[in-house]
Amino acid sequence: MNKNNLILYIGILIFGLAAPYVFPAFKVQLSILCILIVLAITWNIQGGEMGYNTFGNILFYGLGMYLCASVQVGMFFPLAEWTESGGEKTFVHTPAQFFQGMAMGLVVAAVVPTIVAGLIGYAILGLRGHYFAICTLGLGVAAGEISGGIEIIGAGQGFTTPPFPNVGSLEARGEFFYFLSFLVLILTFLAVKAIYSTRFKLILNAIRDNEDKAEAMGIETMKYKIIGWMISAFFCGLAGGIMGGLVGYIDSTDVAFDGREMGVFMVLMAILGGKGTLWGPVIGATVFHIFKEGFWTFFLGWQYVALGVLIVVIVIYFPEGIMGWLREKYPERFGEVVDEADRKAQVEIK
Amino acid sequence: MDFLVFQYPMITVQACLDGILLGVLFALIAYGMALQWGVMNIINIAQGDLVILGGYIAYFMYLYGIHPAWGVIVAPVIMYFVGIAIYKLVINKVVDRDLFISILATFGISILFMQLMNFAFGADVVLANSGYGTTMLFDNNVVLPNSKIFSAFISILFAICLVIYMKKSKLGRAIRATAQNARAAKILGVDTEKVYAATFGINAALCGVAGALISITFTIHPYMGLPYTIRSFMIVIVAGLGNLPGVAMSGMGLGVFEEFADYILGTEFRIGSVFLLLVLILVYRRFKLSRKREYLK
Repeated sequence: MNKNNLILYIGILIFGLAAPYVFPAFKVQLSILCILIVLAITWNIQGGEMGYNTFGNILFYGLGMYLCASVQVGMFFPLAEWTESGGEKTFVHTPAQFFQGMAMGLVVAAVVPTIVAGLIGYAILGLRGHYFAICTLGLGVAAGEISGGIEIIGAGQGFTTPPFPNVGSLEARGEFFYFLSFLVLILTFLAVKAIYSTRFKLILNAIRDNEDKAEAMGIETMKYKIIGWMISAFFCGLAGGIMGGLVGYIDSTDVAFDGREMGVFMVLMAILGGKGTLWGPVIGATVFHIFKEGFWTFFLGWQYVALGVLIVVIVIYFPEGIMGWLREKYPERFGEVVDEADRKAQVEIK
Repeated sequence: MDFLVFQYPMITVQACLDGILLGVLFALIAYGMALQWGVMNIINIAQGDLVILGGYIAYFMYLYGIHPAWGVIVAPVIMYFVGIAIYKLVINKVVDRDLFISILATFGISILFMQLMNFAFGADVVLANSGYGTTMLFDNNVVLPNSKIFSAFISILFAICLVIYMKKSKLGRAIRATAQNARAAKILGVDTEKVYAATFGINAALCGVAGALISITFTIHPYMGLPYTIRSFMIVIVAGLGNLPGVAMSGMGLGVFEEFADYILGTEFRIGSVFLLLVLILVYRRFKLSRKREYLK
C-alpha cells in the first residue's frame, strides 16, 4: 500500500468516525448510506467480478432482517405474542437484553443466509445470463410474497423490531446504529479488498470472461461461484439485520424483500459507480444516495418516476459507470501504460 | 386432509375450467413476449405494466359509460402507439446489446409506468363491470362468469388473427425473416428498424387486448404488473420460442396450477407460488441439461 492510499484510508476513517458529531442531523441517513455501500459492494462480487447479474441478493438481506429481529425478540419473549401485539409495549427489553439479543441476532443474520446461499447456490448458479437474472428476481419476489403469509413473523401487518432501550442519552440510538453500520462497512470493505488481492478474484474474472474456458483450464467454477455468493450473503445478511433495527419496522414486501427498491438500488449503485472495480460501488452508492435523498425531499411523490427514468438513463447512456469514465479519461492513474504516439493517433482519427 | 378440493370434487372441475379460461389470457400475453424475444432478443420486464395500462383504458371507457368490451378494440390501437413510442425512446438503444441491459432498462420502464399509473388512476383495485352474467353448469355446482368465456374467446380470436397475419402479410414475413437472421434480412432490403418498431407495437397491442379482458374478468391495480411478466416469461421458457401450441398449452397449465394453488395453499400464497414455480422450472431444466454438460441459453 503506497503513501497516498494510506492517507486516503485514514482520511475516510477519521471522516467516518467524526461524521455523526459533525452532522448530527444526518445520523440515520449516514447509517443508511453505509448499508447501501455494503449492498453495492456485495452485489459487485456477483454482477461485476463474476458476471452473474443477480436480482436475488435481496433474499439474503431480507432474510437477515427477519432473522435478526426474530432472534432478538425470541431470545427473551414469546415471538408469536410479540408479533400479535403489533408493537404494543407489553414486553420491554432491558438494555442488556437488547444488546445481547442484537449481537446474537446479527450472528444468526449473517450465518443463516450464508448457509442458504450455499444450499441453493448449486441449483441456481448453474443458470447463466438472463435466466439467472430472472430466476433470482423470481426468488426475491417469491420470498417476499411467502413471508407475507407467515403468521409468526407478522404476515401482512409487519413486524415491529424491539425499540431501542433507554440508556440515558437521546442521541444514543442514532450513534449506536451509525457506528454499527460503519463497522460493518469497514469489515466488508476490508474483507472484499483482501479477497480481491488473491487468486480468487482472478478466478471470478475468468468465470465472467469465459466460463467454459475457465472450466476447461481446470478451475472448479461451481465451487468458486458458490463461495462468492456465500460471501455476498454473509454481508448482505448483516446489513439487513442492522437495517431492520434502524428502520424499526419490517414489512415483507416494502422493507425486507423489497425487490422493487433495494433490489434494484444495489444493481444501480454498482453500475453507476462502475462494475468490477473496488471503489466503484462505494462511489456509486454515495452519489446515488445523495441524489436520491435530494429527489425524495424536493419531488416527494415523483421519486419512483425519477427512479425509473434514472435507471433507463444510467443503463443506456452510462453503463460503464463513474469509474469506467475516469478510467477512460485518466488511464495512467489506473496503472495502464499509455503509448503517447498511439494516443495522438487516436485523437487524430477522432 | 381437509382441503376443500378433496372434499368437494366439483371444485376440481371449477378450478380446472377457471384455470383454462385464465390460461388462455396468459398465453396471449406470453405470445407477445415470445414475439419480441424471438425477433429483437429483448426480455421486457414492463410487459405486465403494458397489460395493466391496457386494462385501465378499458376501465376508463367503462367509467365514461361505454361498454368495456369495446376496450378490446380501442386498447390495442392506443397501446400500439404507446409501444412504438417506448421503442423509439428506449428499446432501440438496447436492441443489439447485452440482454441484462434490456432487462434492467425495461425494469426502469416498469417502475416508471407503475408509478405514473398510480398517480393517474389511484391505488385502488378496480374492475370494469361488463354485466354479462354467469353460466351455471353441472346442477349449478360450477359457476362460470360469461365474461371469462368471452375473454377466452376473444383471446383465441386475436391469436388466430395474428398467426394468419404473420403468415400471410408482407410485414409478417419481414418480421419472421428478421427473427431468423437480422443481418441477412437487412441485406435483402428489410428495414429492420421498422420491423423492430412494429414488433414492439404489436406486442404492446396484444398486451392491450389482454389488459382490457383482464379488467373485465378480474381486477387491475397499478402494482400488479410484475406477476404477469413473470407468468409470460415462464410460459415462454416452458414452451420455447416460436412454439405456438406449446405456448397455449403451457399457458392453460399455468392457469390450472394457479387455481389449485389458490385452493390448496390459500390466496395469500398465490403470487408467491407462481414465482416459486418459475424458480423450480428453471432449476429443473438446469439439472436436466447439466447431465449433458449444457446450460440454458
